Amino acid sequence: MPANSPQRGSPAAPKQRGRKQGASTQQPELGARGQSYLSHHREMAQVSLKRLLATPMATLMTLAVIAIALSLPSVFYVGLQNVGQLSDHWQGASQVSLFLSDQLSEEEGRDLALQLQSNSQIAELSYLSKDDAMAEFKQFAGFGRALDQLKQNPLPAVILAVPTQDYLSPDSLQALTQLLLSIDGVDDVRIDLAWVQRLQAMVLFGQRAVLLLAALLALGVVLVVGNTIRLEIQNRSDEIRVVKLVGGTDGFVRRPFLYTGLWYGLGAGLLAWLLVQLSVWYLGSIVDRLVVLYQSDFQLQGLGIGAALLLLLFAVILGSGGAWLAVLRHLREIEPR
Amino acid sequence: MIRFDNVSMRYPGGHEALSRVGFSMDRGEMAFLTGHSGAGKSTLLRLIMLMERASQGQVYVCDQNLNRMPVSQIPYLRRKIGVVFQNHQLLFDRTVFDNVALPLQISGYERDSMARRVRAALDKVGLLQKEKLNPLLLSTGEQQRVGLARAIVNKPQLLLADEPTGNLDPELSAEVMGLFRQFNQVGVTVLIASHDLDLISRMPYRRITLDKGRMSDAGE
Repeated sequence: MPANSPQRGSPAAPKQRGRKQGASTQQPELGARGQSYLSHHREMAQVSLKRLLATPMATLMTLAVIAIALSLPSVFYVGLQNVGQLSDHWQGASQVSLFLSDQLSEEEGRDLALQLQSNSQIAELSYLSKDDAMAEFKQFAGFGRALDQLKQNPLPAVILAVPTQDYLSPDSLQALTQLLLSIDGVDDVRIDLAWVQRLQAMVLFGQRAVLLLAALLALGVVLVVGNTIRLEIQNRSDEIRVVKLVGGTDGFVRRPFLYTGLWYGLGAGLLAWLLVQLSVWYLGSIVDRLVVLYQSDFQLQGLGIGAALLLLLFAVILGSGGAWLAVLRHLREIEPR
Repeated sequence: MIRFDNVSMRYPGGHEALSRVGFSMDRGEMAFLTGHSGAGKSTLLRLIMLMERASQGQVYVCDQNLNRMPVSQIPYLRRKIGVVFQNHQLLFDRTVFDNVALPLQISGYERDSMARRVRAALDKVGLLQKEKLNPLLLSTGEQQRVGLARAIVNKPQLLLADEPTGNLDPELSAEVMGLFRQFNQVGVTVLIASHDLDLISRMPYRRITLDKGRMSDAGE
C-alpha cells in the first residue's frame, strides 16, 4: 500500500464537528533558527566549560593523563628534529682528518698541506701543529693540569680537509681516503662521515618509532576522553532521553559533550606544550655544555610555533573525536534501528 | 492522522506485545486507549513516537509511513507530537520554565518568542507563578501539569498521553482531563492511554480497547 494513500476521513475532510481551525506545529523562521543555533553553541561551550571547572581536581587529573600522552611523542619529536638538524649540519661539512707522522717536522707538514691545497677534490684545508692541537685539547678537555705534567706532547699534527661538494658520496670519499693514505708522512686518515650516516639511519628509525608511538598514544587519548565522556553521558542519561523524546536531533544531544571533549583537548594540548617546553629548557642547559665541548654553534630547538599549533589542533581533534564516538555509541543504544 | 494496518510488535525474546492491530484516528479527534496493564497500550504509543519500529504491518502518522522513515527524520516527527508520561519525565536540574522551554530550544526559537510561548503554556495549565521553581518542589499534580505544558508548548498536531492520571486523585484527574479536552477543542488530535475506566466512562469520547495485544474494540 502506498505511503500516502488517503486515510479514512483524513485531511481531505477536515474540520469535523464544526471545530475551530486546527493548531499546526509552527516552526520558527530560518533566521531565528540560525541565531538560536549559534546561541545554543555558545551556551553549550560555556556550560560544558563550567561543568569541567566545577570539578577542578577530576578535570585536572584527566587533563594530566591526556597531556602526558600528548607530550611523550612531542618530546621525542623535538629530540629527533634536533638530532636531524645536527647531522645535516655535519653532513655538509664532513671533514677528513689526516694524522701526520711524528717524523715530519712542522715545516714539512705545512708544505704537505700546501701541496694538497691544489687537489681539486679538497675545498678547504687547515693545518694544526702538535702545539696547536695540545692547546686546543687543554682548553676543551679540561685536563689542563694533568697535561702540563707530560714531558712531551703525545698529540700528532693534523691536517683537516673538507672535500668539495661533488666528492661527498661514500665511493669518492673512499677513493680520497686511499689516495691520502698513500702519501708519505700520513699515518692515518679518518672520515667523520660513516657515523653521520649511521646516525641518519638511526634518526629515520627514530622517526618511524615516534610516529608509531604517536599513533598509539593518540588512540589512547581518544579512549581516555571517550571513557570520561561516557561517564558524563551516564550521569546525564535522563536529560538525553527527554531531549530525544521531544524531538532533539543527534547533533543537539551531542553538542555539550563535543564541547567537553574540545575543552579537554585544548587544555591538555596547552599543558602538553608546557611540558615539552619545560623538558627542552631542562635539557637545554646540559646540551649547551656538550655543545661547547664539540665546538659547535648548535642550539637546542624547542617546539616551533607551527608545531605547537599543530599539537593543539591535534589535541582538539582527538578530544572532540573521543567525545563524538562516546555519544554515537550511546545514541545507537537508545534509538530503534 | 494515525493509522495502523495489521501491526504486530514482537520484542526481542519473543514476547508479542501487539498482534495484527488495525485502527485509525482522524485529525482533530480525541480518543481513549484502554485495556488492562500489559495489553499493549504503551507499546502502541511507542510505535507512534517511533521509539520502536513495528515488526510487521504499517504505521502512518501525519501521512508518513513510519516504517520507511530514516533515523535522521525521527526528531522532526517527534516535534509534531506532544507526549505526557505517567512519570512526567521532567528534569530536576533546571527550573519549571526551562523544562517547558526545552522543545522550543530544540526547534530553534529565539529567546523572546520562546519566553512568550512558555508563559502561555504555563498559564494554560495554571502554573505561571511557579516558573522559577525547581519541579522537585511541586506536587505530583503540578508536576504532571508541567509535563503537559511541555507537551503542548510547541503546538503539536498530535497529543499523546500514557496514563496521565495514574498518580493523581480523582479531583486532579478530572482537572487534567479537562485540560486535554481544551486542547482538543482547538483542533489538536488527542490519544490518551488509560485504564481509569471510571473516569473515561464519564467522558463522551471514542474508546479503543486492546486485550492482550489484540484490538478488541476499535470504538468506531
